[in-house]
Amino acid sequence: MAKVFIYPTTSLILSDLVARFGHQPLSAALQVREKIQTAGLESPPLQITPEDPKKGLKYAAVEVPSGVRGRMSLYGPMIEEAEAAVFIHDADFSFGCMGCARTNELIQFLLRKRGIPVLDLLYPRNDEEGVEFVAAISKFLQELPGGGT
Amino acid sequence: MSRVRIAQLSCGPEYSGVQNEIAEAARSVDAEVFFPDITLKDIRSGFDLFGLDVRSPDLKLAIARARALVEGSVEADAVFIATCFRCAEAAIVRNELRRYIHENSRLPVVSYSFTERTTAGTLLTRMEALTTIARRRALLAREVQEGLTMGVDSGSSTTKAVVMQDNRIIGTGWLPTTAVLKSAEDVIEQALKEAGIARDEIEAVGTTGYGRFLVGEKIGADLIQEELTVNSKGAVYLADSQHGPSTVIDIGGMDNKAISVQDGIPGTFTMGGICAGASGRFLEMTAKRLGVDITELGPLAMKGMSTMVPMNSYCIVFGTQSLVNALAAGSTPEDVAAAACHSVAEQVFEQQLQEVDIKEPVIMVGGTSLIQGLVRAMGDLLQTDIVVPNHSQYIGAVGSALLASGFIKGQ
Repeated sequence: MAKVFIYPTTSLILSDLVARFGHQPLSAALQVREKIQTAGLESPPLQITPEDPKKGLKYAAVEVPSGVRGRMSLYGPMIEEAEAAVFIHDADFSFGCMGCARTNELIQFLLRKRGIPVLDLLYPRNDEEGVEFVAAISKFLQELPGGGT
Repeated sequence: MSRVRIAQLSCGPEYSGVQNEIAEAARSVDAEVFFPDITLKDIRSGFDLFGLDVRSPDLKLAIARARALVEGSVEADAVFIATCFRCAEAAIVRNELRRYIHENSRLPVVSYSFTERTTAGTLLTRMEALTTIARRRALLAREVQEGLTMGVDSGSSTTKAVVMQDNRIIGTGWLPTTAVLKSAEDVIEQALKEAGIARDEIEAVGTTGYGRFLVGEKIGADLIQEELTVNSKGAVYLADSQHGPSTVIDIGGMDNKAISVQDGIPGTFTMGGICAGASGRFLEMTAKRLGVDITELGPLAMKGMSTMVPMNSYCIVFGTQSLVNALAAGSTPEDVAAAACHSVAEQVFEQQLQEVDIKEPVIMVGGTSLIQGLVRAMGDLLQTDIVVPNHSQYIGAVGSALLASGFIKGQ
């Protein structure tokens, strides 16, 4: 079993797919589902305090906006834990969404820097692409240590 | 109107840990912030139609929500736009949304860039102004002072009082703020003495400024109101510009206000947010270092050339360093005074005036409006003749006395 960072981290579909192949999804939705409100697209945890952006200083310097650092306080530990990652680019909002583009760039960079297996896929726009999309994810997850259906 | 509903358009406050501070600031002025509900379909179309191709989904959501407010599919009394400090993408969106809402609706709007250190106290005056505009439009529509009223402005640097009767100023008081209540009592006494009336003859009282609550409660004020709306009213009243657009600039001792006004009611405004190098305090320090009274700084600056001395710092420490270096290098006090005025005007121009729509007439008020060198520098930067009305240093007190008329019994 591998710990797989999913991007967008809020994608329940992606989280479910990873779990079905015997891996542990690293997703915001599972981590904070007990603590969410629906103020924004990505259902941010409102109980984040001003201390959390300070914890995010481990991943981004003080001149980086507080919103990025607050997010990194949540995602940073998941990045450190990850053994593989699946990135879905240009995903539809309904598939999963992460609100801040700068945070998203930093998350992807830090995961790549760790040298773990990474799968990059574009979000499918039709049925045919959808089949290929699922097949590519299946293949990637099966090839990870402990992967299976 | 009961509870004022403020629509929040934002990116990042939840993850910065300041969402509760925003909500708390709204609650403290009997308002509530809410996120306009829109469908995913509306997000896509709203964002596409607006035409600003940003990357961050939360900013796309803010854009779509702004469109819903302007189109009326979501109802609100006011709008608060908030994004992370130091985010360039968000700053572009914040500015464009503020302009879009201002130009296409009657909703009062204020924008703010926060850090994790932002507190409810920092946001209080802005939220109070938003709710006042939404809740008290009738009060703010007042154009004539009636009866015998008094206004007290308990500011961070100075405390002012004005007594007005039948649309005329008949007494004034002005002192540096030391102990808040004592300073207020003393200026009230000055104003009453000059007016030649007794305290119990006053029919209604208004207070404003940082000490408005403390002073207001002590003297039993009928109206306790933040300085953004009060100063706007006072400025257009004194400048005889109560109808149509105008811009009010107040460079204070602790923070600055830039207010875009329409028919005497603020539409958009900014407050504070920059360092002391852009405040009246820096001009006080300059006067002290030059060995002149603050009242002499303006005439001195008018005789100098700001271009002769390099001075352009947000920070009061570095600004003072430039000042000391210039004097040590043989610059004249006149040129240094002019450079200090230009430096303050330039910081306000670059940091704050970009956040409001500058429309003529531009009215400068507050104590610093009496420093001619500063007014000239601001006029040069804005390429317009700045209006400085009589009694501009008493602006908050005049606005309070004017608005207090609405509280005279029988009115």
